[in-house]
Amino acid sequence: MKLELTRVVQGGYRVGVLREVGRAAHTSMEVPGCLLYTRCGAVPHLTHDTLRTLSPLPPVTQLTLSTVAEHREVLEEYKDGFKKFAGLHDTALYCSLHDPVTPYPAGHITNKTVSVWGSGGRIELTVARFMALQKALRPDLYQSMADGETWQGDATSRKRIRKSVDRTLAHLDECLLIHHQTPELQGAEVLGVVEGGDSLEERVRSAKETAKRPVGGFCLDGFQTGCMERSLRTRLIAAVARELPEDKPRLLQGVGRPDEVVACVEAGVDLFESFFPFQVTERGCALTFDLDLSPDTERAVLELGEEKEETWESEQSGEVLLEDQAQTMTPFEMDLKDTKYRDDLTPLVDGCGCYCCTNHQRAYLHHLLVTNELLAGVLLMLHNTAQYNSFFRALREALANDKLEFFKKRVLSRKRVGHKEAKE
Amino acid sequence: MPSLKSLSAVSPLTLRLVAECPVSKARACDLALPHCVVPTPVFMPVGTQGTLKGITSDQLEDLGCNICLGNTYHLGMRPGPALIEKASGLHGFMNWRRNLLTDSGGFQMVSLVELSEVTEEGVKFKSPYGGNEILLTPEKSIEIQNSLGSDIMMQLDDVVSSTVTGPRVEEAMRRSVRWLDRCMAANQNPEKQNLFAIIQGGLSLELRKTCLDEMTKRDVPGFAIGGLSGGEEKDDFWKMVSLSTDHLPRHKPRYLMGVGYAVDLVVCVALGCDMFDCVFPTRTARFGSALVPWGSLQVKHKQFAKDFKPIDPDCTCPTCQRHSRAYLHALFKNDTAAMHHVTIHNISYQLTLMRSVRQSIIDGRFPDFVKTFMKKMFPSSDKYPGWAVDALRSVNITLDQH
Ligand SMILES: [Zn+2]
Ligand SMILES: [Zn+2]
Repeated sequence: MKLELTRVVQGGYRVGVLREVGRAAHTSMEVPGCLLYTRCGAVPHLTHDTLRTLSPLPPVTQLTLSTVAEHREVLEEYKDGFKKFAGLHDTALYCSLHDPVTPYPAGHITNKTVSVWGSGGRIELTVARFMALQKALRPDLYQSMADGETWQGDATSRKRIRKSVDRTLAHLDECLLIHHQTPELQGAEVLGVVEGGDSLEERVRSAKETAKRPVGGFCLDGFQTGCMERSLRTRLIAAVARELPEDKPRLLQGVGRPDEVVACVEAGVDLFESFFPFQVTERGCALTFDLDLSPDTERAVLELGEEKEETWESEQSGEVLLEDQAQTMTPFEMDLKDTKYRDDLTPLVDGCGCYCCTNHQRAYLHHLLVTNELLAGVLLMLHNTAQYNSFFRALREALANDKLEFFKKRVLSRKRVGHKEAKE
Repeated sequence: MPSLKSLSAVSPLTLRLVAECPVSKARACDLALPHCVVPTPVFMPVGTQGTLKGITSDQLEDLGCNICLGNTYHLGMRPGPALIEKASGLHGFMNWRRNLLTDSGGFQMVSLVELSEVTEEGVKFKSPYGGNEILLTPEKSIEIQNSLGSDIMMQLDDVVSSTVTGPRVEEAMRRSVRWLDRCMAANQNPEKQNLFAIIQGGLSLELRKTCLDEMTKRDVPGFAIGGLSGGEEKDDFWKMVSLSTDHLPRHKPRYLMGVGYAVDLVVCVALGCDMFDCVFPTRTARFGSALVPWGSLQVKHKQFAKDFKPIDPDCTCPTCQRHSRAYLHALFKNDTAAMHHVTIHNISYQLTLMRSVRQSIIDGRFPDFVKTFMKKMFPSSDKYPGWAVDALRSVNITLDQH
């Protein structure tokens, strides 16, 4: 796996291409970027037919152990790995531990084990069992086993944080040892997990120690939305990034909100999970980015610069700690259940090229939502995934062309210039 | 080749008889409707709320579906005919380029709404959304269906359960005839929308015959056989179907309402029916029940956890082309996409079955097709349902013993 960076802002963001993702020698993906979120290998609500209407798709698919751990015996008997098992022929596969969308109970971690929760309940994993699963799944890259519980407690002690860093390093060493002895995993990459809760000292120690190991990249854990103040998080991520080698990718877990994504990119993050469009879909909403970054709009936005600046700042400081992100609407979406869309015969987002917007209207989506029809989830998931991918594409472009400030004002500001929603 | 066009001067429908089985009453036709030609016999999937259970209109089209159903009762309630009309009809609202058939709304009312009352004027019921009283008259039903813009509309009929006996059955039949006249008079789009009559008469040969005589006097483009598949004895069911097809005009389509089990479809094609609809294939899919030539396969059942074969190795649907029973079994524990996979397979199964039936009629080997079909469906001939054996024998198809 090779990370080719075309632009690096010292102590800040990076732009580039991640090539030869694990064993998937022909897969490359641009960073900053997002993975393709799945449950048990399926993008929620979508079949292959509907998924393939989206193009281009993120080239790396995320699988969570919590959705497949209970099928270990089946996969062992199958022998050809999860990609083939799930009919995922043309993607690289990344396997992480927990489902970022489903909360899991704390208090089930021991020195030697972590637990994941599947449909049939808790499954306790030792490193040996964890690696047996990886052997059966044969991902192209995977997250090493980690004690990532520190962010869940209200007041986690310094002692507990230190323990989680130590355990996670010990798990990583064991994983790497087995990894190198497992022929089925040759060529796959292991991502080391950086823990350390809200302690700068432990974060730096975890990053330094993990970086010493032969890992392909890094997972930044314990920064999930709601677990700490945003400004503290970006400070810690930036501190961690400074300790990590430049040529290896950094994946941030549990952060998906567009404004938070941008802040974390600025702190040095390359990769994000893409559970956010799914959460938006589940609350019956549609993402409505305005990604028109043409010079004309740039002039218009810059003329109104002062006001916009203010909006962006106030949003950052007006955060809600431990917000219930599954329920709370963000400023980037419209609630299609709202009766104002009952008679609205326009597409969700003008100019969006997704299957939903090219074929259907807001009123139809509103109807599907109020009648609880399954197609609502399908169409919204298609639209939201398309919008989220476009968001990342536009972000990369803005970074590459040194237009981040404009991008932030245009895309992240609540009062977006010339935007339909702003007029209402 | 026999070719007859509709005798209806203005109806936007023609039926071309492509082939007739020389042994049974089975027939293969090309039913030309405003949005495309529908090869029959045809199974029509049901999209109650203007959507087919998680399947996009493109997917449905790719499966080869040429006509599907929408429910007037549901769509008339939400989102209402005014909005649908504004959206260029139900076709525009749900973005479906092929044909649509809408029911009258009466059946749903009687079966879903407890407090409904039938008078000569129409069906009176309390709205489940708001509780106000609504009267569905034949005129109102057609008005809504005109707004929906379906290619085939159904008359409002006076529905009684097929297990009811006595004078109520005759009353309902006679009223259905009167309501047909009112529906025909109310149709604002006779040049664009076909109105089908519904034959009633319960399980009485005499009443059915009377209804057939009356309704076939009217110049309607097609006929439905109604009031069946509501829990009556199958022995009564097939006799009513067969009586109806005996007296329906040869050059007009015959639609058997609410029938969709594979065996029923094959037998009723033999009895001379052309069109069928049923919610069963899509409803059962959501519970993980996949339709196969040997019956059904319960994907969620433990025995398929390590079964790496597709649902049906001979099926060419997108699900069977890509996924195994084991994967679908695992996916059912995680996501609704699993249901969509089985729904796609089940619709494909129904449509493929009807295409095979049609081809066998055209090839002149329909009786053999029926025999092979029954052999695959039942492990031994003593498992054949008696009514199916009798019904098939009545049209000169005698099943083999095995
Ligand atoms: Zn869209
Ligand atoms: Zn299939």
